[in-house]
Amino acid sequence: MSIRERLSGNEAVSIAMKQINPDVVAAFPITPSTEIPQYFSTFVSNGAVDTEFVAVESEHSAMSACIGAEAAGARAMTATSANGLSLMWEMLYIASSLRLPIVMSLVNRAVSGPLNIHNDHSDAMGARDSGWIQLFSENNQEAYDNILMAHRIAEHKDVLLPLMVCQDGFITSHSIENIELLEDEKVKSFVGTYKPEHYLLNDKEPIAIGPLDLQSYLFEHKRQQSEAMRNAKRVILEVSEEFEKLTGRHYGFFEEYKLSDAEIAVVCMNSTAGTAKYTVDELRKNGIKAGLLKIRCFRPFPAEEVANSLKHLKAIAVLDKADSLNAAGGALYEDVVAGMFTSNIHVPTINYVYGIGGRDTKSTDIEKVFSELSTVAKTGDIGNPYRYLGVRGEN
Amino acid sequence: MAYNLKQIIAEKPSRFTAGHRMCAGCGAPPVARMILRALKPEDHAVIANATGCMEVSTFIYPYTSWTDSFIHTAFECSAATESGVEAAYQSLKRQGKLPENKETKFIAFGGDGGTYDIGIQSLSGAMERGHDMVYVCYDNGAYMNTGIQRSSATPKFADTTTSPAGTKIPGKMQSRKDLTKVLAGHHLPYVAQSIAVNNFKDLYEKAEKAIYTKGACFLNVLAPCPRGWGYNTEDLMQINKLAVETCYWPLYEIIDGKYVINYKPKNKLPVEEFLKPQKRFKHMFKPGNEWMIEEFQKEVDNRWQELLDLEEITNKN
Repeated sequence: MSIRERLSGNEAVSIAMKQINPDVVAAFPITPSTEIPQYFSTFVSNGAVDTEFVAVESEHSAMSACIGAEAAGARAMTATSANGLSLMWEMLYIASSLRLPIVMSLVNRAVSGPLNIHNDHSDAMGARDSGWIQLFSENNQEAYDNILMAHRIAEHKDVLLPLMVCQDGFITSHSIENIELLEDEKVKSFVGTYKPEHYLLNDKEPIAIGPLDLQSYLFEHKRQQSEAMRNAKRVILEVSEEFEKLTGRHYGFFEEYKLSDAEIAVVCMNSTAGTAKYTVDELRKNGIKAGLLKIRCFRPFPAEEVANSLKHLKAIAVLDKADSLNAAGGALYEDVVAGMFTSNIHVPTINYVYGIGGRDTKSTDIEKVFSELSTVAKTGDIGNPYRYLGVRGEN
Repeated sequence: MAYNLKQIIAEKPSRFTAGHRMCAGCGAPPVARMILRALKPEDHAVIANATGCMEVSTFIYPYTSWTDSFIHTAFECSAATESGVEAAYQSLKRQGKLPENKETKFIAFGGDGGTYDIGIQSLSGAMERGHDMVYVCYDNGAYMNTGIQRSSATPKFADTTTSPAGTKIPGKMQSRKDLTKVLAGHHLPYVAQSIAVNNFKDLYEKAEKAIYTKGACFLNVLAPCPRGWGYNTEDLMQINKLAVETCYWPLYEIIDGKYVINYKPKNKLPVEEFLKPQKRFKHMFKPGNEWMIEEFQKEVDNRWQELLDLEEITNKN
């Protein structure tokens, strides 16, 4: 029997971490993820975990210490947001290139500047090419479940890549919702113990990690990373299936909500999907065939699968909670459109940048998107593909 | 047991193997080799190294000079990286996941760029947290790996590629940061300043103390660079000796807050003796630039006196 609780997203992640009982946690406070190391250090202080908690002096050192710990043969975890992730940027690439399956909770927040502490996805989008697996979570339950699945995916011998579980800062990190927790023992047996093949603390096999890797080898090493990211697709599905058997909760690359018979649909990530589901239900009451594709797995990006699930639509809107400032659409939009093009699928698709710096996204905003989509579907003319939602000035 | 270099070399094979690509006459490899010799033969070690000359010359894929476990991540974070390795060790050891009868020691290396400058935050954090590790700065007084750019360890007036001795500005115009004192302010169990002189006695003994003192320890070791300093490669040991005999680089240690000066020259040589064989100070010897040598001497004298005072004050009780 699972345990019914009421928890915020940060509490849910902290409890998942307690149940996983990692060997090392190195973290630095930053809003809105601060509560995670805060709750976790209480577990450490009270002897509820075996973890060595390293209260580092910066996020750069948090990731450096996680790299050292994971390379040493330990399971290492961290949590951060926004500028914290920016400060880790150099080390994110090193973590993935050293093939260290570190797990991070990323509580999404706008990256400066100017300074803002509220939610958007500019932090995660900045790390999208860093070689980390990125899973997104609509609510506290998904954040908890994704963390429980994280080590199984990251540590798989065909993957060996770091993984970040994203959730929306404040919107889900600080909102208390109902949640179903697994018993400690079930988590323990599902997650299993970490048994690295090569590690620094093995005195019987000293190893050297992090060489100067020149023209003759670096390319092959990067290629191997790329292969690992491809392998992660298979492993994510395998682990999710096993998780479903344990919990009854289904996870794939994405969630299709009333999509199969939809004519128009939005694609988005994290908590906005909740608002979009409500809107889809409302519109369907009026006979509008609206649907939703909620991306869970953004890295690796399931391009072919996304394209395939969108191919029957008359018009699509991709919602990006980060502006790529590139005069050519947001990151999710680019990936979705490229995926469809590669699969020879041509559905009129527009992009909305929305919710920047924590700008509230209401069901009426999503209604507006669907209303504009109806026009696109009718006329087949996408007009301006690069649109904005909920911002002052011209949209 | 009295120090005997021949015996140490006979009993403790080098853990830093030949074949690395450091320059002839470089001060860093003998330092690394001797520090590792201070490890007990039965102990395992995990070495962390900041990006820099030593890292890029000793671990070029697929070759390594390090016989112990070794990790390099980036320029500014060998201390933080090693602190993570040490944290893993504490955790795994406590949980009974590592062999009980095996000791592992933790040593992080960084040049002065990776230590005095870009890595000072990472170093300060790791030292303050008290990880059971030794951080060794091999100080060659500039960013040598990228081509001799000034660092905060570069001595005043030195000619570097970003503080060139020009017609208006005669080299670096700022004084050298005293990092050993910065670390002293961390109130660590053991902080020391050393150099390879006298058959490595000072260096070996300090390395041994640092490695086998529980907690975070710091060694600052002057390691001359023939390219950056402009001396003849065969003169390395002579340069080291002059650094000590002029009191430019005093040998001292701070044990639980108490200063101990390990060597007080009976006849303190003028700093000119140290400056003269180095091309980076050549412009100081041009007619009309006597004031530079005087000023340099004054700084050396002041710092030496400060050290003598600190020794006296901290040993009063």
